[in-house]
Amino acid sequence: MTAPEQASGSIRRRLIIQLVAAAAVLTAALFVVVINLARNVAQDTQDSILMASVTSILDSLSAREGEIAVDIPYAALSMLGNVSEDRVFYRILADGTVLTGYGDLPDIDQLSLGRDGAYQTDDFAGEAIRMASAQRQLSVDGAPVLVTVSVAQTRAGQRETVAQIARLGMLIGSAFFLASVVFAIVTARRAVRPLRDLAGAVSRRGPKDLRPVRGPVPSEMAPLVTSLNGFIARLGFSLSRSEDFIAEAAHRVRTPLSTVRTQAEIALRRVEKPENRAALKEMIRAIDESSRAAGQLLDHAMVTFRADQLERTDVDIAALASDLVDRLGPVADLRDISIEMDAKNGPVVSGDAILIENALRNVLDNAIKYSPTDCEIQVSVEAQDREARITVRDHAGGFPPGIMSMTDRFSRGTNAEGTVGSGLGLTIAHEVMEAHGGRLSLQNMGDGACVSLHFLLP
Amino acid sequence: MRVVTLLAALICALSAWISLAQAFEIEAEATYGNASASERLKIISTADIDLFAPVIEAFAGTDAGLAVDYTVVSSSELMRAIYDGGGPYDLAISSAMDLQTKLSNDGLTRAHGSAATDLVPGWAAWRGHVYAFSQEPAALVISPSAFDGLEVPRTRQELITLLRDHADRFRGRVATYDIAASGLGYLFATQDARASETYWRLTEVMGNLETRLYCCSGQMIEKVSTGEIAVAYNVLGSYARARTDLADRIQVIELADYTTMMLRTAAILRDAQNPDRAGAFLDHLIRAAWGPEEVPYYPFTRYPAETTHDNVTYRPIRLGPGLLVYLDAMKRSRFLYSWQDAMRSVP
Repeated sequence: MTAPEQASGSIRRRLIIQLVAAAAVLTAALFVVVINLARNVAQDTQDSILMASVTSILDSLSAREGEIAVDIPYAALSMLGNVSEDRVFYRILADGTVLTGYGDLPDIDQLSLGRDGAYQTDDFAGEAIRMASAQRQLSVDGAPVLVTVSVAQTRAGQRETVAQIARLGMLIGSAFFLASVVFAIVTARRAVRPLRDLAGAVSRRGPKDLRPVRGPVPSEMAPLVTSLNGFIARLGFSLSRSEDFIAEAAHRVRTPLSTVRTQAEIALRRVEKPENRAALKEMIRAIDESSRAAGQLLDHAMVTFRADQLERTDVDIAALASDLVDRLGPVADLRDISIEMDAKNGPVVSGDAILIENALRNVLDNAIKYSPTDCEIQVSVEAQDREARITVRDHAGGFPPGIMSMTDRFSRGTNAEGTVGSGLGLTIAHEVMEAHGGRLSLQNMGDGACVSLHFLLP
Repeated sequence: MRVVTLLAALICALSAWISLAQAFEIEAEATYGNASASERLKIISTADIDLFAPVIEAFAGTDAGLAVDYTVVSSSELMRAIYDGGGPYDLAISSAMDLQTKLSNDGLTRAHGSAATDLVPGWAAWRGHVYAFSQEPAALVISPSAFDGLEVPRTRQELITLLRDHADRFRGRVATYDIAASGLGYLFATQDARASETYWRLTEVMGNLETRLYCCSGQMIEKVSTGEIAVAYNVLGSYARARTDLADRIQVIELADYTTMMLRTAAILRDAQNPDRAGAFLDHLIRAAWGPEEVPYYPFTRYPAETTHDNVTYRPIRLGPGLLVYLDAMKRSRFLYSWQDAMRSVP
């Protein structure tokens, strides 16, 4: 497959990048959300335990003999120890004076201290603390006293909880992200597979396969396939029309040409002046050349037509070659060229006899045409190793290096670049062999060329 | 008038100087290892020198370049020494779990972690600062001679019944801690009060029998050994067992309904001059207490680290902020009032 002329990026890569980027953004967002949530939950947990502690201390307060009695329950502080190993501080104020506890705890933000108590984050004893406070009115000797209880705890446990969740979140996020990357790659590959399948199906086709593309494709690709099929149909139509046109033209040219040739020969007999004779001879030669070219064009059109619907019969290629050599003998004799036939055994191939004869005729024609006078052409037919071969060997100096190197130059559309005479003949032979599932091989041997038609034996 | 002011100022300054020079009361001091070594590890402790010497010697003996200064104080003096910055100590060892907890809670200790600290069960350490290295029972110590003909009580209920039924025999011959004077006695009493209502009835019964109050376990053990005291409640079992010389005259009983276990703890101080050595000594203590092998110099009985079916009666006092509750001045005075009230009760 050749690289596309202008690849403007790849759908697959673009899909992968977009999916992975989306996954990365989602993962990061999820991580941030989880961390914030964890922080809030940890904070709420700590707050509720602190407030439970404050409440239990508040409940233990009583007024006795004109004094406020404080009997902190064991659980009030031990419950804080159950959650984390953080430092714990408390303070009990009665109308602003310290009753007991850590008197130097931070002041309470009075504005936020409502009925449900208040929470605050502060610094104490060199560490960040979270403090919960609440108040209660006590009647001491008939006078109301406002008692404020604060319980505070350092935040190492909370930090540790958040860090643990962060580590877990990081782990899960990474796994999620990796899974997304794999998923993205698989998805992208899946998404472009129908495109690749279509490209493969089209590029695997033989040069003459102009059938429409069948088989299911995703609905997004249906318009592409429809227009591709439309294009193929138009191409096929236009190709067959131009072939018809060429065949028609060749046919129409050939008949008048033979009339002109006959007239030229008659004229040659009448004319005696040597320069006139030379001119006429040159004219006859040019007419032959044109006629031959027209014949080849007709042959080619015929090959193209028949190759599509091959009529296979058992063909004795040795007999076929002998017949052809016999028929071409007179033409060769004219130039003192002898054709030697060497058929070792008679292999039978399954094929279209007319096409095979046509192919061999074109090859022999070339050999005769390019061989100098008074030399020999060897034709041999042999079978070996599941392969039958007709080989034509001449002494005409061989192929120019340009033709030698390429058999695919015979393909349609590029054959105009080759030499019209031999190029078209070899193209015909090549197409015939291809239609039969065989091949055409070209070689230079000694002072001549060696062309072989290879058939696969069943 | 002026002279009086001057005199007052002088007295103030003098007393300030005195308190600065001797901010706390030292009971005993000893130096182990190479006494002239320049590197020193200073330990302040409530544990008796006699009890603790072998374990220090085992440590100091490993390094000729080290001297270990060991200072014995009472648990309250230990707090004063550290809070007033009375001495640049590296390691604090105390049986007063509540005070050790407060020390750490107030940020005067530093964290320590090592391969050895992993041996310590979770309930025997707090914050990675305070590590327990012993379990010592609050035991009943009795004089077998005084119990002649009587069945030895196995639970507090049996003890109450026994004391009630033989009030005449035991009157004036029951002893326990004066919890107002002894931090450990107070700790045991508060744990008892938390553990069971039986304790208050026991206290009232003991009050009726004119129970004698002592400051220390040592004194109670002595009195029991002479037979002057028949039964002493909440005596530190490790001290009683250490008195092998009195083994035939006293009997140590761990009550089966529950036995409070005091954990002796150590913590490296925040202002330690030699925290590395303090950590090494702490590891040394921990390995002796919780390590897989028993060592000969460990002065205490080893109790299992895990609670099993056989030792459900052992209740180690839990380290943690709960202990701070009973240190609260108002809580303490209230508890003391209730306790003294029960002890005073008249038939």
